[in-house]
Order: sequence, then C-alpha cells, then structure tokens
Amino acid sequence: MAPIVELRDVNKWFGAFHVLKDVTLEVAKGETVVVCGPSGSGKSTMIRCINRLEEHQGGRIVVDGVELADDITAIDAVRRRVGMVFQSFNLFPHLTVLENLTLAPIRVAGVARPEAEAVAMALLERVRIPEQAGKFPGQLSGGQQQRVAIARALCLKPAVMLFDEPTSALDPEMVGEVLDVMSGLAAEGMTMICVTHEMGFARAVADTMVFMDEGRIVESAPPGQFFDHPANERTRRFLGKIIGH
Amino acid sequence: MKLHAWVRANLFGSPANGLLTVLVLALLFQVVPPLVDWAVLRASWGGGDPERCRQAGGACWTLLTEKHRLMLFGIYPYDQHWRPLLAMALFVAMLAVSANRRFWRGRGLAAAWLLSVGVIGVLMWGGVLGLVPVETSQWGGLPLTLVIAVLAIAMAFPVSILLALGRRSDLPAIKALSVGYIELVRGVPLVSVLFMASVMFPLFLPEGVTIDKVLRALVGMTLFTAAYLAEAVRGGLQAIPKGQFEAADALGLSYWQAMRLIIMPQALRLVIPPIVNQFITCFKDTSLVTIVGLYDLLAATKAALNDPGWRPFFVEGYLAAALVYFCFCFFMSRYSQWLERELNRDRRPS
Repeated sequence: MAPIVELRDVNKWFGAFHVLKDVTLEVAKGETVVVCGPSGSGKSTMIRCINRLEEHQGGRIVVDGVELADDITAIDAVRRRVGMVFQSFNLFPHLTVLENLTLAPIRVAGVARPEAEAVAMALLERVRIPEQAGKFPGQLSGGQQQRVAIARALCLKPAVMLFDEPTSALDPEMVGEVLDVMSGLAAEGMTMICVTHEMGFARAVADTMVFMDEGRIVESAPPGQFFDHPANERTRRFLGKIIGH
Repeated sequence: MKLHAWVRANLFGSPANGLLTVLVLALLFQVVPPLVDWAVLRASWGGGDPERCRQAGGACWTLLTEKHRLMLFGIYPYDQHWRPLLAMALFVAMLAVSANRRFWRGRGLAAAWLLSVGVIGVLMWGGVLGLVPVETSQWGGLPLTLVIAVLAIAMAFPVSILLALGRRSDLPAIKALSVGYIELVRGVPLVSVLFMASVMFPLFLPEGVTIDKVLRALVGMTLFTAAYLAEAVRGGLQAIPKGQFEAADALGLSYWQAMRLIIMPQALRLVIPPIVNQFITCFKDTSLVTIVGLYDLLAATKAALNDPGWRPFFVEGYLAAALVYFCFCFFMSRYSQWLERELNRDRRPS
C-alpha cells in the first residue's frame, strides 16, 4: 500500500543554513511516527514542511496522493487533510472554545453551523472538556488549551495529524492529560507524526522512531530496537542524555 | 472626625504635599473669584445689544443667544435651519444606538445607517419632497463639521486597513505602493493636501467638469487620515504572534479569511487608543477646511464675530465653539475606554 505521507530527498535552506539534508520518510496509513533529536536538528522544520508552513526547496513531498507544489490548490488540498497541533497551542484568543473548533469547518469546509457544532461538541467530549465550550482560551489551563487545540485540528477530519512538541510548553502535571488524548488517537488508528521529547510516550505508542541530527534522519527503527539497541553512535549518545543514565 | 482624617491623609500627608496644597489653594484664590465675577456675576445674558455687555463689563453670553444660529449652521439658508438641526438629531440618535453592543449582531444596524445617511442627505441637499435645494457651498457650521469628520473617518478606516496590510505584503509592488503612499502623505501638511485637493486637482479635470467643493475637502481629509491610521493598524498587526497566522494557515483559511476572522479582530482591539487618537485629530482637523472656503463650525463662529459690534467678544464665541469640540472629543475618548474594557473581557481569567 502506498504511504500516506512521503518525503523524498527533501532539502531546505534558511539563507545559507542547510536545515534539511536529503530527508526521506515514509509514513503508512495508521502509523504513529515519533521524531526526536537535539534542538536545531530540523525535526520541527520537517513536519512544518508537510503542511507547507515551511517551503521545501528540493525533493518531493506527497500527502495522501497530492504533491505539494507552488500551486495554491495543492496546498489547500493538503491542509484539508492534515491537522496540526503546535507547541504554544495557538488557539484564537478572541473566540470561544466552541468557535475555535467550528471556524474552519464552517468557513473552509462549508459545513452548516448546527452540524459543525455537533461535531465540535463530540470532539470536546472526546478530549474530556465539553463543559468548557463557552469559555475563552485564556480562561483555561495549559493542558486544557492543548486538548482544545487537538480537538480543533480534528474538526476537519484529517487523514494525518502533526504534533510539534505538543507538551513542551506545559506544566509537568498537565503533560499526562495531553499524552493520554494522543495515545487514544493512536489507538484508534489515526496517522500521526509527533515531534516530542516524551520518551515514555514514544516507547508505548510509536510504531516507528525517527532520530534526526544536523538536518538528517540518522536512524529510523521500531521503538523496541531503537531504545534497546540503537544502531548509530549519535543516537546512543542522545538517548543517554535524554533518558539520563 | 472623618473629614479631619481625610484632609490630613490626602492634603497634608507630607511636608511637600502640604506645601503643594497651600500653593494650589493660593492659585485658586487668585483665579476663581475673578473668573466667577466675569463669567457669572457681571455677565450679560440677553437683551440683544452688545452695548449693554460693554457697560456690564463681564462675559457677553448675549453673543450666543443672538448669534448661535449663524455659529451652528453657517450660511445655510436661515429659514431652512430646521433641516440641518433634524439631520444632526438623527445622526446623534444613530450614534447613541450604535454605541450599544446589543445592536451589533446582524445586519440591522448597517441597514439603519444606510437609511439614515440617505435621510440626512435628503434633509441637507433638499430638491426632493418639496424641500428647497441647498448647494453644498452653502452648508456650514456643526453639520458640515460632522459630515466631513464622520465620513472621512468612516472611509479612511477601511482604506487604512488595506494600506497596513499592503505595507506588510509579500508582493513587492503592493508593498512599495503602500509604503510610498503612507510616507508621502505623512510627509505633507494637511493644509497642503487640502489645497491640492481643492485648487490643484480641478486644474487637471477637463473643461466643464467640476467636483463638489465639500466632496474635494472630504477626499483630502480621508486620504490624509488613512495614512496615519494605517500606521496605527500596522502597529496592531505587528503585535499578533506568528502562531496565529500559522494556525490560520494550518486550518486552511484563505489570506482574507485569516485577516478578517483571526488577525484583524485581535489587532484592532489592541490599537483602539491610537485609532481613537486619530479619530479625534481628524475631527478637530476639519477646522482646516476653512482654508478652501468652507464654513465649518469654527469658521462660522469667526463669521459671527465679524459683526463690528460683537467683535470684542471673541473670547465668548471661541469658548462656545471649543465646548462643542470638547463634547464630541470627550465622548469619543470615554467611549473608546469603555469599548476597550468590553472587548478585552476574554483576556481576563474567569
């Protein structure tokens, strides 16, 4: 079966800085890929290329059969299929939680308001905060905001979910509630690409671990092999530091 | 004694504080009694004759009872003054309704405004429904000030949003145009913009084509105000975190949807103070249209004082005009403060 997300020899520069070097990655439908690596290794840039928040300059990116190119219809088509969750939530502070969730379905997908609200309430139910629907994001805790952000990304019924360090901005006691929601999604068969430093979550949920360093994918393996017998010296050093022994 | 304690705490809390209190009291003692004497005790209130004011020696409020219609309506035909008066009453009533947040939902308010502007236009121009036609060159006083200020603000605001977006655009041509326009207009005094609009511009028009004088002044004011407003709006745009743009992109919103639904609602509420500042400036700057021969409130006041007998009482006349300006500006200022509190409710944790 063809992969749902495919990056082939992707290259990208920020000015003179070569941030992605021949990155090749295939993600199958229903697979959960966890990307880790030191800061500045290009992992965020890579997943931001998948929905064109960043433009790649060499190679190909194909999402659900649509190749990302300059033409705007391809970009729109890809963004309709890909949901994204950011480190800093990026909820719209002037809209209520419910309005945050229904905005794109109503304005982009043309869903009728009652239907969009029903879908939104069901998703809030699923991230276990339906009682917050009428509040503004600023009135919620960080963990609640991130769960709203996940629900917002799910509202367009995406085929792929991207998570860009979703728990890095959270207080430690709130990390669990967000990871629980993500684990639930993975268990239901959502295709997910997560950049995260939560190695416990990665070991439990990932189908594939990807380690990036200096703009390259250094190692890619199932979590059991990745954590217990890393093939690459740099992976070993990184894991040694992050797991702390 | 409560009063005793309050005085000690607030007026004589420290030696420096006490000294200031004494100084201010001395100053008030110097200023207030003569002011009351002039403005109230020796003032003349009626009688219709400047000679009696001169004998009384105090403020001549008779000027206002005698000349208020000229000051308020300029050279608008005297027996038709009820028309601008009615137009202003309608306008103020619409402002009062619009200020209320209850009426913001739906399109009713916009429709009511369109209708009101139409009615105000009919009242001012006439020529239909048996109303005597009145040329715009005869408009004057407060109605003219309000027409120019409000229309200039209403038209400059959307233009300024486009200019601010243009200045941040990725398209080089649009960016250059916006920057060029803003810098050019900001670098020129309003007086010269008005002159250009009303003296130079008609020279380029073909023979026989004329554009209404009020309209020309209005366009000048609009273009000028838009350049300044654009910079205020841009300030708001710059304060919006990059993540908001990215979230809008990731959800597939188009550029205009993102601007209209996500970015502008946040950016504009951040810059309410400088925007209202610009509105107030624009309102007061309408007094400059006098240089192109229009009789706004201030020019009409000046015209009223041209009467030789009343000329010595210019202070009273200008005070009255200042009071009218102040009322409108103060209302804008207070309303903007309320609006800010009202719109920022979602930033407060429950």
